[in-house]
Amino acid sequence: MSLFGLHIVKREPMSWYKNMFVRAVAIIASLILSAVVITLLTNKNPLQIYASMFDGVFGSDLRIWSMAQNVAILLCISLAVTPAFKMRFWNCGAEGQVLIGGLANVSVMMFLGDKLTYPVLIIVMILASVAAGIIWAVIPAIFKAIWNTNETLFTLMMNYVAIQLVAFFLKYFVKNGSGVLTPMEEYGLPVIGHSYVLNIITVAVLTVLVYIYLKRTKQGYEISVVGESENTAKYIGINVKKVIIRTLVVSGAICGIAGLLLVGGTNHTISTTTVDGRGFTAIMVSWLAKFNPVFMIFTSFLIVFLQNGANQVSTDFRLPSAISDIITGIILFFIIGCEFFLQYKIVASKSGKENN
Amino acid sequence: MKKILALVLSAILVLGMFVGCGSDSNEVDVPEIKGMSKSPIDTVELTVDYEVPGTFKIGFICLHDENSTYDLNFLNAVDTIQKTLKLSDSQVIVKTNVPEGDECYVAAKDLVDSGCNIIFANSFGHEDFMIKAAKEFPDVQFCHATGTKAHTENLKNYHNAFASIYEGRYLAGVAAGMKLNEMIADGKFTAEEAKIGYVGAFTYAEVISGYTSFYLGAKSVCPTVTMDVQFTGSWYDAPKEKNAAEALIAKGCKLISQHADSMGAPGACEKAGIPNVSYNGSTYDSCYETFIISSAINWAPYYNYIIGSYVKGEEIAADWCGGIAEGSVVLTGINQDVAAEGTFDAIKKAVEDIKNGTIKVFATKNFTVEGKELTTYLADVDTDAAFTPDTEVIADGYFHESEYRSAPCFDLRIDGITLLNQEF
Repeated sequence: MSLFGLHIVKREPMSWYKNMFVRAVAIIASLILSAVVITLLTNKNPLQIYASMFDGVFGSDLRIWSMAQNVAILLCISLAVTPAFKMRFWNCGAEGQVLIGGLANVSVMMFLGDKLTYPVLIIVMILASVAAGIIWAVIPAIFKAIWNTNETLFTLMMNYVAIQLVAFFLKYFVKNGSGVLTPMEEYGLPVIGHSYVLNIITVAVLTVLVYIYLKRTKQGYEISVVGESENTAKYIGINVKKVIIRTLVVSGAICGIAGLLLVGGTNHTISTTTVDGRGFTAIMVSWLAKFNPVFMIFTSFLIVFLQNGANQVSTDFRLPSAISDIITGIILFFIIGCEFFLQYKIVASKSGKENN
Repeated sequence: MKKILALVLSAILVLGMFVGCGSDSNEVDVPEIKGMSKSPIDTVELTVDYEVPGTFKIGFICLHDENSTYDLNFLNAVDTIQKTLKLSDSQVIVKTNVPEGDECYVAAKDLVDSGCNIIFANSFGHEDFMIKAAKEFPDVQFCHATGTKAHTENLKNYHNAFASIYEGRYLAGVAAGMKLNEMIADGKFTAEEAKIGYVGAFTYAEVISGYTSFYLGAKSVCPTVTMDVQFTGSWYDAPKEKNAAEALIAKGCKLISQHADSMGAPGACEKAGIPNVSYNGSTYDSCYETFIISSAINWAPYYNYIIGSYVKGEEIAADWCGGIAEGSVVLTGINQDVAAEGTFDAIKKAVEDIKNGTIKVFATKNFTVEGKELTTYLADVDTDAAFTPDTEVIADGYFHESEYRSAPCFDLRIDGITLLNQEF
């Protein structure tokens, strides 16, 4: 590619401290640009705005817990999409897979809550959520494996089906038509200490498991090979169809768990907006972390920090939420941009005689 | 080289568009614009008979932000009360975009941490999470708009509020009926073709009460009017509301109104040149060719009531329903370029009749259900898991809306109104 005599080439890998330095510069640059924008648009002191962001995330015990809970849920969904993405299966359906897991969970609470003993109920809830998540993920996987359908469109469409199913069942559950289902807290997952502790522990364990699965097992290796090149995979005797379907079973199961934590562990009710776009944000978390589950802890924290911080800015300064979105956008733009420049560089072409 | 050329060309194009726009607007002949009248309902000034201490704090939880007409209406009232009581910014904390889930509970707790004495939430789905917080913090007052559970929860610090907005809808309906009459008189369509389209959120009492009173207002001046209702299954979804309005217009609706919170329906009307009666506030600025009038709830009187009660150490009522007299039910001005001649006076008269009791919006003689006038009806006033009807609401010849609880409970499907989809 060449534009105005400039030219993009792949970089030699740089040392880790150099990489970190570039990232730090990018974040500082984004903060400076945001500060300029804030000052121009609102006449507020940008330092106060940044202080308010920190206050919104770390300002009290409640805010720290809330941040940890948000990180846990976002990380859980990110863990779910990662195996599929590593295999270059563009699963854009986490939103629907989580929601359908939540719907299964809420249905169990609704119909079996007063019929089963509590421990049995919890087991049925877990099984139902995981099964629903798997079904929602494996349908596009089967179509992809057998008929090579486009998985991006297919998984996206499945989101809408899931949302409409939730709307349909809400109408059925809630006879007065308000679409708001009263939380069934008595049937929720057990509370260990603080109400978010179970969610956080579950996701921490999942992070380790997914890390081991991707880096240390034969199946994880097969995912990488299929992702690098399907032909190579076939050549060395990997059953690609089987790997696609198996990986999406894993992906869907983790989405089901996310649905379980969101509904059974947190809200005890469901609405069409329960997942709140996190099925898509998770894609960014996973990409930014280069599909490494441990890095994903940091990237999901980054996203939650920006969101919670931006909300606090809106509250403290009575700014329209668009201003917070602009700050978040600028910071993410720099971070994603710097990842690009860590891998590529721009050089001036020498009168069209460049190679590379 | 090609790329540079393309860039230059596109730059010229973009510039051309700006220049084009500029000269276009200069050439258009500006017809005489009569603009907005004042509101047919006289403004009710807030009476403040108390002094707010500097330590007092109030927190607000809103489902969306100022982009939703519903939330904007609450936020405007926050500004009004803050100015009236001269509260500092640190005494009024506003949290926007709070979903109807655990996030609402967290937001309420965060407001308690910040030292709020009263916490107010504005969306129906916030209710259960507000109740949860209310049980945990008995010293803080929790007030919730549109909820239904305060009178059965029996918590001293949890309260519901609404307004008799069905009266405002009825008055806006009068404006709609008069516009239809004008279009019939102009020979645009026959009296039998006079059909209103209505974009509703859910098949829930709040919406049903709203479109029925609106319809009855229109029918009071245009007896042949019928109405089609299309539901969106969402309180706030601009594309869905736009599509629903367009579908209704395509089905032959001559005037549109809505109970949904985005600019979707008013925008679609402006594009199609179909008159629109709005809700939650004026949409005149972006829809001045089709906007007629809007009814809205003014929340400032309720804010004044709860802050006053708290400061004076009085109990806040479990249910509070403001009307025209309290200044809770308001109308915007009338767009005199769209509304029919005489609309202002007709509404002004109806306001007087509602105030002195001559007009009961839900008088049983005004409507039929499956061809019959009603003499008895059990409504679901006390919310329970099975939604069983529990309270007789018809007495003295009218349906007693918002009397046994502040939130509407009128959920009858009356004749003349067709529900196009009931899935929601």
